[in-house]
Amino acid sequence: MTLSTASNFAKPDDAFRAIVEAHRGLSDEQSADLDAALVLVLANHIGDIAVLHEAIALAKRRMLDASQQQQQQQ
Amino acid sequence: MAQTKTQFGYRRHPDQDRAGANLAEHPIVVVGAGPVGLSLAIDLAQRGQSVVLLDDADRIGEGSRAICFSKRSLEFWDRLGIGQRMVDKGVVWSVGKIFHGEQQLYQFNLLPEQGHKRPAFINLQQFYAEAYLVDRVGELPAIDLRWRNKVTGLEPRNDYVLLTIQTPDGPYRLNAQYVVACDGARSSLRQMVGAEFAGQVFEDQFLIADVKMTAAFPTERWFWFDPPFHAGRSALLHKQPDDIWRIDLQLSRHADPAIEKLPENVRPRIARMLGHDKFDFEWISLYKFQCRRMDRFIHGRVIFAGDAAHQVSPFGARGANSGLEDAENIAWKLDRVLRATSPETLIDSYHTERSAAADENIRESTRSTDFMAPVTRQEARLRQAVLSLAKETEFGKRMVNGGRLSVPSVYETPLSTADSDAWRGGPRPGASMLDAPVTGRDGRSSFLTEAFIGQGTRFTLLEFGNGAVADAPEGIGTIRVGGENGFADPQGFAAKRYDAEPGTAYLLRPDGYVAARFRKPSRPAIDAALSRASGLN
Repeated sequence: MTLSTASNFAKPDDAFRAIVEAHRGLSDEQSADLDAALVLVLANHIGDIAVLHEAIALAKRRMLDASQQQQQQQ
Repeated sequence: MAQTKTQFGYRRHPDQDRAGANLAEHPIVVVGAGPVGLSLAIDLAQRGQSVVLLDDADRIGEGSRAICFSKRSLEFWDRLGIGQRMVDKGVVWSVGKIFHGEQQLYQFNLLPEQGHKRPAFINLQQFYAEAYLVDRVGELPAIDLRWRNKVTGLEPRNDYVLLTIQTPDGPYRLNAQYVVACDGARSSLRQMVGAEFAGQVFEDQFLIADVKMTAAFPTERWFWFDPPFHAGRSALLHKQPDDIWRIDLQLSRHADPAIEKLPENVRPRIARMLGHDKFDFEWISLYKFQCRRMDRFIHGRVIFAGDAAHQVSPFGARGANSGLEDAENIAWKLDRVLRATSPETLIDSYHTERSAAADENIRESTRSTDFMAPVTRQEARLRQAVLSLAKETEFGKRMVNGGRLSVPSVYETPLSTADSDAWRGGPRPGASMLDAPVTGRDGRSSFLTEAFIGQGTRFTLLEFGNGAVADAPEGIGTIRVGGENGFADPQGFAAKRYDAEPGTAYLLRPDGYVAARFRKPSRPAIDAALSRASGLN
């Protein structure tokens, strides 16, 4: 299986909202903790190490893009 | 900068000379001659009702208010006889683009398919819409429009409401069987019935500037997150008629309105956005907004519609459009109740249907606002992640929320008859009818929405036949697609959009919503659905 980046939720706004609301009222520290647990839970649910590696690569590539942009701006 | 676009005269009415036991009595008094009140009055008058329409001012215009009118609103206005005038003046659009920084993230088309009479949206200044509606009111003797008539008192009685009305000649009183309050966000009638108006207050400030310029920008809705000309915030650009462009800029929560709205402070920001400063200001204002609604839209014989009943953020064009949906929803129900063809309880379904729609509009516009102006650091990070993922993933694009634009709600309502047949598509009971191009027997091109108007905007059976069509109960309209005497459906749009097979029938309500649908309709099943949709059981 490969990583799906198609839009899989019938209502993507509901999914985004659910995550945002899970963080409501938490401190930064608590939010980071929640995210860490959430990532592990979802990774286990996917249960496919190749997909997990792809997802990590996509998320990191995005960080790289952002830092390159910042350097260009400076 | 406030411009008075049109001014109307106050005229003394004979009702003002009546007092005591001799007060005038009217079946329907609509309060507030904005787009909602005017449209409601026209709909009621076209159904044969006499309407008194009161407004505390004597002019329309002033300021920058609604600009986006939806396909659904245009279809409603078509029924009122003014859709074409709105479209002729308005700027037609269906494409929106979302940018992040300098980069376009994606574009969407709100009406990608052919074969609809009306576009997804037009942009039109509210004062034009109101002026055209007032012109139409002038053609209908059944509407008695009274300017500078301000309701100052409201006393519920058993069978009527006693209204006290202030005029330049002093106060007078009259009795109304039903009052519909369309008197806006600061509704004084809402205060008179003692209703709360609770909800969420947003701290973010936005600046609206309407600028006049000739420009080569396409007629699309452009929305930016973190644009180069307005770092860290959001911006919106949208075209209106007369070479006017609406610009909406998010400001800091702590911005000082008095300073921010000075033209010398607004001008350089907009010049950077447009890349030139050859423009003039028509309007500048700062606003904050609230999302809130009344608990109950019906208080005895007083019914609330539009901004008086519910307020949303402006992102999504859900204010005026939802108010117009309120008007089309209550008009046919009041008409039937006043004719005694339906019981008074039919009116309760207005609250059921439209308060759920208000909740949906509030939810959607609140989410858009939260996405534009994240409250916490984590929310900002999540948004940043979505925006950056949107560059290369489809799911990221779908999560970017630069405003979800108004579409008609699907009602969960006791007026609907639940499906008992199998359907793969088509509008389900509670959904609004879909348009499609059809050809009349005379070869003339038409649309289903026009055929519905041609049938008198009443309960109508839309049948797809090959001769095998059910006979419609008396008093309801019929539209036949296919078969010997029916409209032709040359491109198959109608059959496809209604998932139609030979014999398929949809029962449409007088507001164009689907009440029931059948694969093989029988007369008893149609009668039962009609009865239910009329509030008779």
